[in-house]
Amino acid sequence: MLTLFADWFTYTLLRLPKERLITQAIHFFVYDLPKIYLLLVAVVFVVAMLRTWIPPEKIKRLLARRHQFVGNILAASLGIFTPFCTCSAIPMFIGFVESGVPLGVTFSFLVASPMINEVAMVLLWGLFGARVALLYVGVGLLIAIVSGVIIGRLHMEKYVEDYVYKIKIGSAAGDAPLTLKNRVAASWSYVGEIFRKVAPWVAVGVAIGAFIHGYAPENFLARYAGRDNPFAVLIAVAIGIPLYSNAEGVIPVVQALWAKGLPLGTTLAFMMAVTGLSMPEMIILRRVLKPRLLATFIGVVGVGILIVGYFFNWVL
Amino acid sequence: MRIEILGSGCARCHGLEANVRKALVMLGKDAEVIDVTDIQQIMAYGVMATPALVIDGKVIATGRVLSPEEARKAIVSVSA
Repeated sequence: MLTLFADWFTYTLLRLPKERLITQAIHFFVYDLPKIYLLLVAVVFVVAMLRTWIPPEKIKRLLARRHQFVGNILAASLGIFTPFCTCSAIPMFIGFVESGVPLGVTFSFLVASPMINEVAMVLLWGLFGARVALLYVGVGLLIAIVSGVIIGRLHMEKYVEDYVYKIKIGSAAGDAPLTLKNRVAASWSYVGEIFRKVAPWVAVGVAIGAFIHGYAPENFLARYAGRDNPFAVLIAVAIGIPLYSNAEGVIPVVQALWAKGLPLGTTLAFMMAVTGLSMPEMIILRRVLKPRLLATFIGVVGVGILIVGYFFNWVL
Repeated sequence: MRIEILGSGCARCHGLEANVRKALVMLGKDAEVIDVTDIQQIMAYGVMATPALVIDGKVIATGRVLSPEEARKAIVSVSA
């Protein structure tokens, strides 16, 4: 149906000749943008609905008293479905630690939550294809699980700020039980919130994609930051860490880099560094973590991202 | 009536505060709206997802931005 619409729009309404590059670019844009928008609305709605059944309080109970490893896997997976706003990082962290979620398990969640989410999945799927989207999610989970296990093994509980252990958590929390109607309404309003925020970025991303689709890509970056340059991944990650953006904002940039010939491993590593580690997040986490634990967190996750970048560049 | 917005000053928290104020205007009601940014106080309510809305010490909603209409209903139900 979308193909028909795109055909009609490009060839009938605009009367563009089929063989021109500009025609192909416009056709791509008119087909891809509605496709991604539809996918985005559908997936965000479904995930938002699921989420009304798993509020943070329930996640906390699920993760408390879990064994290492099983707990790490569970925490990283739950991280996918939890939207992460840096402003929620501290209450979540304290809530987890207080209710006996092991530190390593808490970190698996903390790594996965900003890096992997449904919006990133849809956008990667729409712009780069299923293979890249699944790779990103799989690898993101792996980094979150392994980093959590390592931090757990290092037994760094004493490097959490002391006041965290002293905070008394009230138990009065929780909305009144939601009716199905409430859940649908809340999910729709969340879809609206996300859509307004993400839609412009997606349009930019698709426009870049359309441009590249229509015109042959110039391998500018491939020459300087291609596979042959052993420092490319390292530099991409080093640039990515201080930058702050959510997955949706960074996608157009990532697409442009990739289209200009940056290898996939380097591109994904850059995206993970931007979303998974960021300056504002560090500043906020510093309030609950002593410098040594914060540095360990950055180090472990950073090295994980580097390994992933090099591995993909080597394999793909 | 004492309305508290829990959250550490992120965009969504400001959105919630704005909607609560709109709801108050709709109701023609005057109430104290306080930003609670101190983490110890936020945790004292047992809230893990911000922004959260607390009216007269009761947690009304966590982790979402209520629409002005929802906020209006919440204020009415508490004052009733």
